[in-house]
Amino acid sequence: MTKDKFEPRIIGYLCNWCSYAGADLAGVSRFQYPTNIRVIRMMCSGRLDPVVILETFIRGADGVMVGGCHIGDCHYMDGNHHAQRKIWLTHAIMKRAGFDPARLRLEWISASEGDRFAEVVSDLTDQLTKMGPSPLKGEKPDPEVLERIRAAQRVVEDFRIRALISKEYKLTTEGNVYGEVLEEDYIKDTILEAMDAEYTRNQILMETTDKAMSVKEIASAIDVPSPAVLNHVVRLRQKNLLTLASIDETTPKYKAMGGGM
Amino acid sequence: MTAKDKVGAVMVVGGGISGMQSSLDLAESGFKVYLVDNKPTIGGAMAQLDKTFPTNDCSMCIMAPKLVEVGRHENIEIVTNADVSSVDGDVGNFTVTLTKNPRRVDEELCTGCGICSLKCPVEAIDMYNEGLMARAAIYVDYPQAVPLKFHIDKERCIGCGICEGECPAGAILYDQTEEIMKVNVGPIILSPGFDEFDPTPLREYGYGQYPNVVSSIEFERMLSASGPFRGVVMRPSDGKVPEKVAFIQCVGSRDEHIGHNYCSSVCCMHAIKEAMIAQEHTPGLSSHIFFMDIRAFGKEFDDYVTRAQDEFGIGITRANRVADIAQDPNTKDLHLRYHEGGDIKYERFNLVVLSVGLHAPRTAKDLSAAFGIELNKYNFVDTKTFAPLETNVPGIYASGAFSGPKDIPTTVAEASGVAAKAAADIHDARNTLLSDVQLPPERDVLGEEPRIGVFVCHCGINIGGVVDVPDVVEYAATLPNVVFSDANLYTCSQDTQERIREMVEEHDLNRIIVASCTPRTHEPLFRNTVREAGLNPYLFEMANIRDQCSWVHMHEPEAATLKSKELVRMAVAKARLLEPLEKASIPVTPRALVIGGGVSGMTAALDIADQGFTTYLVEREKKLGGIARRLYSTIRGDNVKAEVEQMAIRVKEHPNIELFLGAEVDYIDGTVGNFLTMLKGQTQAIEHGVVIIATGGVEYEPDEYLYGKDERVVTQLQFEEELAKTKAKDLPSTAVFIQCVGCRNEERPYCSRVCCGSTVKQALLLKGKCPEAEVFVLYRDLRTYAFKEDAYREAAEAGVIFIRFAKDMEPKVSKGRSKDGPLEVIIYEELLEENIMIDADRIILAAAILPPEGNERLAQLLKLPLSKDRFFLEAHMKLRPLDFATDGVFLAGLAHSPKYIDESMAQASGAAARAVTILSRDTLLAEGVISVIDADMCTGCGTCIELCPYNAIERTEDDKAQVIDVLCKGCGICAASCPERAIDIRGFTSEQIIAQMSSVMNGGGM
Repeated sequence: MTKDKFEPRIIGYLCNWCSYAGADLAGVSRFQYPTNIRVIRMMCSGRLDPVVILETFIRGADGVMVGGCHIGDCHYMDGNHHAQRKIWLTHAIMKRAGFDPARLRLEWISASEGDRFAEVVSDLTDQLTKMGPSPLKGEKPDPEVLERIRAAQRVVEDFRIRALISKEYKLTTEGNVYGEVLEEDYIKDTILEAMDAEYTRNQILMETTDKAMSVKEIASAIDVPSPAVLNHVVRLRQKNLLTLASIDETTPKYKAMGGGM
Repeated sequence: MTAKDKVGAVMVVGGGISGMQSSLDLAESGFKVYLVDNKPTIGGAMAQLDKTFPTNDCSMCIMAPKLVEVGRHENIEIVTNADVSSVDGDVGNFTVTLTKNPRRVDEELCTGCGICSLKCPVEAIDMYNEGLMARAAIYVDYPQAVPLKFHIDKERCIGCGICEGECPAGAILYDQTEEIMKVNVGPIILSPGFDEFDPTPLREYGYGQYPNVVSSIEFERMLSASGPFRGVVMRPSDGKVPEKVAFIQCVGSRDEHIGHNYCSSVCCMHAIKEAMIAQEHTPGLSSHIFFMDIRAFGKEFDDYVTRAQDEFGIGITRANRVADIAQDPNTKDLHLRYHEGGDIKYERFNLVVLSVGLHAPRTAKDLSAAFGIELNKYNFVDTKTFAPLETNVPGIYASGAFSGPKDIPTTVAEASGVAAKAAADIHDARNTLLSDVQLPPERDVLGEEPRIGVFVCHCGINIGGVVDVPDVVEYAATLPNVVFSDANLYTCSQDTQERIREMVEEHDLNRIIVASCTPRTHEPLFRNTVREAGLNPYLFEMANIRDQCSWVHMHEPEAATLKSKELVRMAVAKARLLEPLEKASIPVTPRALVIGGGVSGMTAALDIADQGFTTYLVEREKKLGGIARRLYSTIRGDNVKAEVEQMAIRVKEHPNIELFLGAEVDYIDGTVGNFLTMLKGQTQAIEHGVVIIATGGVEYEPDEYLYGKDERVVTQLQFEEELAKTKAKDLPSTAVFIQCVGCRNEERPYCSRVCCGSTVKQALLLKGKCPEAEVFVLYRDLRTYAFKEDAYREAAEAGVIFIRFAKDMEPKVSKGRSKDGPLEVIIYEELLEENIMIDADRIILAAAILPPEGNERLAQLLKLPLSKDRFFLEAHMKLRPLDFATDGVFLAGLAHSPKYIDESMAQASGAAARAVTILSRDTLLAEGVISVIDADMCTGCGTCIELCPYNAIERTEDDKAQVIDVLCKGCGICAASCPERAIDIRGFTSEQIIAQMSSVMNGGGM
C-alpha cells in the first residue's frame, strides 16, 4: 500500500443470517479481498434505516454496502423486501441531492456464497477507487454537498416519506384498505413526487434559516423554478414552518421558523 | 414398570435434519437427549444440498442455525462416530451399548482452527463433495460442521506426525482406540436417513464409464457455491460449461428389474430444482427432464413445475424410461434414446444427470438386528397407517427417510411427531435429567462508568500468523473506557474462559470484548462466560478479526493488523453504549386448544393429553372423525371405520381431554402462553397456552363430466361407500376413473395428492370383487409415490387400463347413444395417436380436496396467513412445516394441504410436540434483543403493527403501538420503518450502530 494511493473506506451493513455468514465463509475458505470494508452486523437488512445510511456518508464513508439474504430467503420472511425498498428510496434521494448513488450498493449474498462476498467487496472497492474520494471525506468536507445530504437526510426522517416507503410493499402485494393492489410504478411515482417536494422544502428551510429570502432568491439559490418555490412556500407556511419575515417594497421575504420538519 | 423406573432421556440415532429436529423438540420439552451419529459430524444429507424446493432456499442458510442450536443446547449430548452395538431393556428404560470409533482428535481440546488440515501432506477423496474434489487426511466435512472437531481419516493417514506437531491445542491422539459407551435412556428414535442408489450396475446409462454422466447428488455439489466448481456447472470430462443438460428420472426407482419398484418421492422435484438452479448459475444453459410421471404432489409443487416451464423454459418429456445413453468418443457428448408417443427418438446432450433413487440406509439391517425392528421388503422400517411413527418394538420410533423415501418437510414433521411419541412414554420423568447450572447473581452495573476488558485471540496461528496480536492488544488499551486488554492462544478454551471470569473480578470489568472469530458460532459461548462472571450476558461484544482479517487478508499483514485494530475500536464504541438486557418472562397456561376433531385433531389432542396436559378439542360437527368418516379402507387394507371409531373412543375416555362437539370458535384473544377463547353459545371462556389448527378439508363438488346430472357419475368418496356396501353382482362392470377433477387447473393449480392412490385402491378393490369388471383410469400423471407404487403395478397387472391425457385433452363424457345405455367416454390415446371410446356404467371423479369454509375467519382471528390456495401457510415450507410465524399456534393435516391419513397423523403428532415445547415450561422467556417503542413519540399510525412479520406489536387502549416482548424476534423492520422514528432495537440501537460506524470515520469520534 503506497501512501498516495486513495483507499476508499467502505462500511458494510450485513444481515446476521446470510451475508454475514457469507463473509464468514469467505474467511473459512480463505477467499482474499481488499481490506477496505468495515463490517457492522445487524440481525436483518430490514433493520437498516436510510437515515443511518446517509449519516454514514455524512461521516465521510466512500461507499456503503448493504448485504441481505436473497429474496425469498429472509430469516424474518420479508425483511429483505423492506431493505430493497429503503435502498431504492435512498438511491433516489442521493440522486436528487446530487450525490452519486453508485456509492451505495445493495447485494444479496447467501451463507454459501463466500466467493461472491469476496467478489462483491473487491468489485465495489475497485469501483470506488475509480470514483475517487467522497466529497464528504476527511477534515474538510465540501460544505455544499454536506448541506444537500443533510437536506436529504431530513427527507428520510420525514413522517410522510417514511410512511409511504414502509407501506409500499404491502400496498403492492396485499393491497390497500379498499382491497386494491396498487401498481408498483404508481406508488413509486407517488413516493418520488413526495420525496422531491420534501427535499425542496428542506432546502428552502435550510436556506432561510439565517436570513429572510424572497421567492426569487430562493429559486436561484436552490435552482428550482420560482412558481414551484412559491407552491412550497405556501405549503410550508401552512405547516407553520416558514414565516413571512418582511415585505421589502413589493417583495415578501420568508424565514424558517426553526426546528426541523 | 413404575414411573420411577422411567428414564428422562431419549436416544436419537442419526443426526440429519430429522434427528436434529427430534432432539431440539425433546430438549426443549425437558428431556436429556443423546444424539448419536455414525459420522464425525451431524447434518446428514441436507448439509450436501445447495438449494431446496419449492422455495429455492439456500440449504445451508436455513440449516446452519439449527446446527448451531443443536450444538450448543445444554440438554443435547452429541455422540459422533458411534455405532449401536446392542440394546437391552424395555419401553421407558433401555440401555444402549455404543461403539465409539476413534476420531484420533481430542474433542475437548480441538478448537476447530483447521491448522492441521492446512498442513497435512496427504490428500484424500472428499466424499462430502461426492468425490469431486480432494481434502486432507485430517478434515471436517464442511466449515459449518457440528461439532467443529477435526477427524483423522485412518485409511489415508500415513502417520507422518505433522499434525501433532502443528496443533497448538495439543489435540491429536494417534493412539486413540475404540470406546464402548453404555447409555441409559427411555425411548429411542431411529432416523438414520437414506443412502442414494449407486447407478453403476445400470450399464445402459454408462455411469462410471462416461465421465459426463453424473448422479443428482454429485450435480448438487457441482451447483453449490461451496462445491468443487464454486457453483458454475462444468463437465467432468473437460471442465467446459455445458449448453445442454439432460436429467433422467427414476434411476434406481420404479424399477422392478432391480428389485426397487417403489417411487423415491423426491426426485421429480429435486430434478426440477437442479435444472432451475443450473440455468440460474449458467446463462445460456438449457435443460431437459425426462420423466415417467411428474410427481409434484406436495404443497405448491405444481406451481413450481409451471414456473420451471414458463419462466425457465425447462424442457419436459413424459416418456417411458429413457432406454439408453451412448457416448460420442470424441466430444464426450451423450446421445439419449427414448420413446415419445409411438416413436423412438435420439437427442444429444453435453451432460446427463441421473436422478438416483433414495434407498434404505446401508445400516438398516444392523439397526434392525440391534433393535429388533421389522423392515419391509425394501429394507425400510415397516410402519402402519394408523401408527406411522411406531416400529414393532414399543418405545422405539422411526422418523424420516428410514420409514420410506420422503422430502424434508415431511421428514421434519415426522421428526417432531416421534418426539411427541417418545415424550409420552416418559413424561413422568420430564425435567429429571437436566443439567442444573448454578449462576452467581447478576451484578447491577447501572450508572457505572463502562470498564471494558478486551481479549484478543491468537486462534493458534489462525489470527496470530497474520495479525500482530500484541500490537492490537496494546492499541485496545489506549481506547476510551478500556481498562484491561490481553492476548490469548485460544479465547474459547476452558482455561481462558476461567481467566475471563477472574479478570472481571480483578479489574471490576463491566463490559467484555472478545476479538476473535465469528459471533454466529461463538457469541453464545462467550455470553455464557460473561454471565458466569456475574454480568448480564448482553454486556458483550465481538470483533471478528479472524474471518474478516487474518483469513481474508493473508498476504497483507500490516493492513490486516490495522483493520483488526479498527474492528476492535468499533466494538469498543458499541460496548460503551451496551446496556444490560432483561428477558421478559410470562407464565404459561399449560393447556392446549385443538380446533378440528378429525383424525389430525384427535391425534394431536391425544398426543398432548398423553403427556399429561389438559386439552380442549373443539369439533364443529356432532361427531368426531372428520372426512375420514367417509373412508372405508386404505391402499394398505386398513379398516378405516374401525380405526377412527377406536380413536374417537380413546378421545372421549381420555381423562385429560375435554371435548366440545357441535361447537365453534367465536373469538380468540391473547398470545403464546396465554390465550383466551370463547366458543359460540358458551358463557365460560377457555384459557389455554397454545392452539393447534386441524380444520381439515372438504371434497370438491364437481360440475364437470355430467356430475349432478347423471347419478352414474360419482365422486371418489361416494364410490368408497358404494364399494363397501354393495354386493359384487351390483357393482359396475365397466368403471372409468377420471383424475384431477377440479384441481391442477387454472382455478386450483394444486394437486390433491391422495386421489391417485385412492383410485388405484378402489380399482383394485373393484377388480378383487369383480375380476371380470373392466376398469379404466384416465390420468395426467399417476402420483403413487413411495410404496404406493406397488399397488399401481399390482393394478396394472390385474388388468386395470391406465390411459394418460394431457392437460388440454381432457376426456369427454356424454349420455351415450341410447336412453338407458352406458355413458360414453372419449379420450385421446397418445400411443395409438387416436381417440378411443369407452362405454361406462360408472364414472368415478377424483374430486379435489378443498380448504373448508371458515379458514378465512380463523385466519383473521389469529392473524394467520393463508396460502394462495387458501390452505393455512406455515412459518417456513421446509424447516418449520407445523409452526406459524406467530408463536404458540401450530397446524396439522389437511388444514396445511391435502395428504393421506398417515401423513396427517405424523403431522398432528408433530404439532403436539411443538406445542409441548411451550406447555412444558412454567414461564416463557422473551429474547433480549427486541424492539422497544417510545410511547411519547408514538402517534399510533399503525405502520409497525402492519409490518411486523410476527404480529408482535399491538395497539394499546390509548392508541399507541406496544411490543409484545415474547413474540418479538428483534429483526428491526419496525425500527427502520417507523414514520415517527419512535422505535429502537435493544442491542442494535441506532445510537450504537452510528457509534460503531463513526468510530472509524472522519475524526474517529468516540
